[in-house]
Amino acid sequence: MELIPKVTHHYLRTKKKFPNVWCAGCGIGIVMGAIIRAIDKLKLSRDEVVMVSGIGCSSRMPVYVDFNTLHTTHGRPLAFATGVKLAKPSLKVIVITGDGDALAIGGNHFIHACRRNIDLTCILVNNQTYGMTGGQFSPSTPFMKIGTTAPYGNRERAFDISKLAIASGAPFVARGTAYHVVQLEKLVEQATLKKGFSLVEVISHCPTLYGRLNKEGDAVEMLKWQRGHAIPISAAGKVPPEKLRDKFLTGVLWDIEFPEYCEEYDKVIAEAQRRD
Amino acid sequence: MRTATDQKERLLQGNQACAEGALASGARLFAGYPITPSTEIAEFLARQLPKVGGKFIQMEDEIASIAAVIGASVTGLKSMTATSGPGFSLMQEHIGYAYMAEVPCVIVDVQRGGPSTGLPTKVAQSDTMQVRWGTHGDYYAIALAPSSVEECFELTIRAFNLSEKYRTPVIVLMDEVVGHMREKIKLPDPGEIKVINRMKPTVPPEWYQHFEINPHFVSPMASFGEGYRFNITGLTHNPEGFPTDRPEVIREKLDKLKNKICHNVSDIVQVREEFMEDANVAVFAYGIVARAAGQAIRMAREKRMRVGLIQPLTIWPFPDEYIERILEQLDLIIVAELNQGQLIGEVMRVVRGKTRVRGLFRYDSELITPDQIFDKIREEK
Repeated sequence: MELIPKVTHHYLRTKKKFPNVWCAGCGIGIVMGAIIRAIDKLKLSRDEVVMVSGIGCSSRMPVYVDFNTLHTTHGRPLAFATGVKLAKPSLKVIVITGDGDALAIGGNHFIHACRRNIDLTCILVNNQTYGMTGGQFSPSTPFMKIGTTAPYGNRERAFDISKLAIASGAPFVARGTAYHVVQLEKLVEQATLKKGFSLVEVISHCPTLYGRLNKEGDAVEMLKWQRGHAIPISAAGKVPPEKLRDKFLTGVLWDIEFPEYCEEYDKVIAEAQRRD
Repeated sequence: MRTATDQKERLLQGNQACAEGALASGARLFAGYPITPSTEIAEFLARQLPKVGGKFIQMEDEIASIAAVIGASVTGLKSMTATSGPGFSLMQEHIGYAYMAEVPCVIVDVQRGGPSTGLPTKVAQSDTMQVRWGTHGDYYAIALAPSSVEECFELTIRAFNLSEKYRTPVIVLMDEVVGHMREKIKLPDPGEIKVINRMKPTVPPEWYQHFEINPHFVSPMASFGEGYRFNITGLTHNPEGFPTDRPEVIREKLDKLKNKICHNVSDIVQVREEFMEDANVAVFAYGIVARAAGQAIRMAREKRMRVGLIQPLTIWPFPDEYIERILEQLDLIIVAELNQGQLIGEVMRVVRGKTRVRGLFRYDSELITPDQIFDKIREEK
């Protein structure tokens, strides 16, 4: 166990003062740990990793990690990251975003990044709420759950984020949870290795706002909920359909091959120069 | 001595000359979204950029376009986008980000009639103040305004140079007519073009501060992937790039954004003049209106009227010093613009009632004609 903090500290900025902005019990730190361990396992140099984020709780992650980091505007990290990757395809570009960031204000950028298939690894922390602004309902807040802007219950349907990504053309889509941290680390690793746009949706929890407003208990209770509701995709066939109704699938949900944008653009350059 | 035949003499459209200027200044990434009347810039660069190993990408909207431009610029490529009013409005969020994060990039706004969807194929100069005040917060803008195909080429190069020199976004403010008209232009050889690149750090990574405070107000700029591993944020930040809420650090940052422009006005501002030596009347006009004004002035000179032209090639920062200097010899300044009166407010601010200032405004989608300007001169004189 001693090894884990040692690995983590290697990738944290010594100049940046802790504690961080996240509340006690928040799932985002767990996600950050999983990303760091995946990067360490892949033996990526800190210099070749770029972490890009938007605005929100999860998007504060880049400040703490010792990579090339770009904290951008609300909803737009995928568009910034597209420019970074296209400018220097040898860099590993990881995008950290949340459900509000990626699906509401950034919904258009999200579906187009999936469709364009530029080699970005998108880690989307889905805590079903706007945490930083105080617990308003988000595009992934379930029907009839409470938010500070849905005091009588949210009357909108939630996005199924992974299905949205698959339908939009993303070649690699996985779902993990803040509870299943070993699996999460592996999913991030696989997503980072994937040539093309990859999404890891992380079901996380916000005990401070969403959990309190919806009486879902403390962080431990919410983590236990994740344990009780995650069904590995490998086991989904063995579970009777009525038992799947309020559950969600985890693991690699989708993995296909499709030409990656930067590699295709290299062909554009070759073709343009051939014709010149 | 070079002869005209030595140089590449070509008939080019303003938009194309702008794109040629971008290539000549070393731009290697364009991200954009189709919009009339700027689209030819994107079309030309989609074809030409890959030939020089550059990248073109069509994004899902203008917000994403300038985001990709900023992402590419911080990764080391000279980058640009081009748009018109509606797209320029969408870009404001990230133009502000580029000011705050001090990211060099060039944004071309080929103006059309507004507000809103307005007049996609018609000329206007109604984005003049939006260029200066479009995004929220305190910041200092640089905007250059060509009036000819040749100036489209030259000022696009200058825009990249100023952007790299001062680590700031620079706007090339064109209009539908300047963008679409065709004129003969002699493109200089690449060796004759002065190209400025951003200053790179000379210190080891552990000493590097991406937003270093220094006497020049411009920090050397490392790119992603060069071993410096810095943080960039749109939050108000300290010299290391980490968010801050300390009043003295906030003030220092905002002063830096101001001072790097305000302390270099004489380097940034360019004014073109015609017949100003003995003029007691001046027509103040930029972009395509300056061409009509030039003709009107020649008509006035034939009638022995002492009229000159002031054409700001840099409209932001505004040429305060030039106007202050020339003020004494003038009885009248006529400000001609294709809007309901935007730059005239700036002229009056500098003039402070010391001489007469009169406006000639047209905003019905048609150009101001030389006759209209000439008539205005006669009427007001």
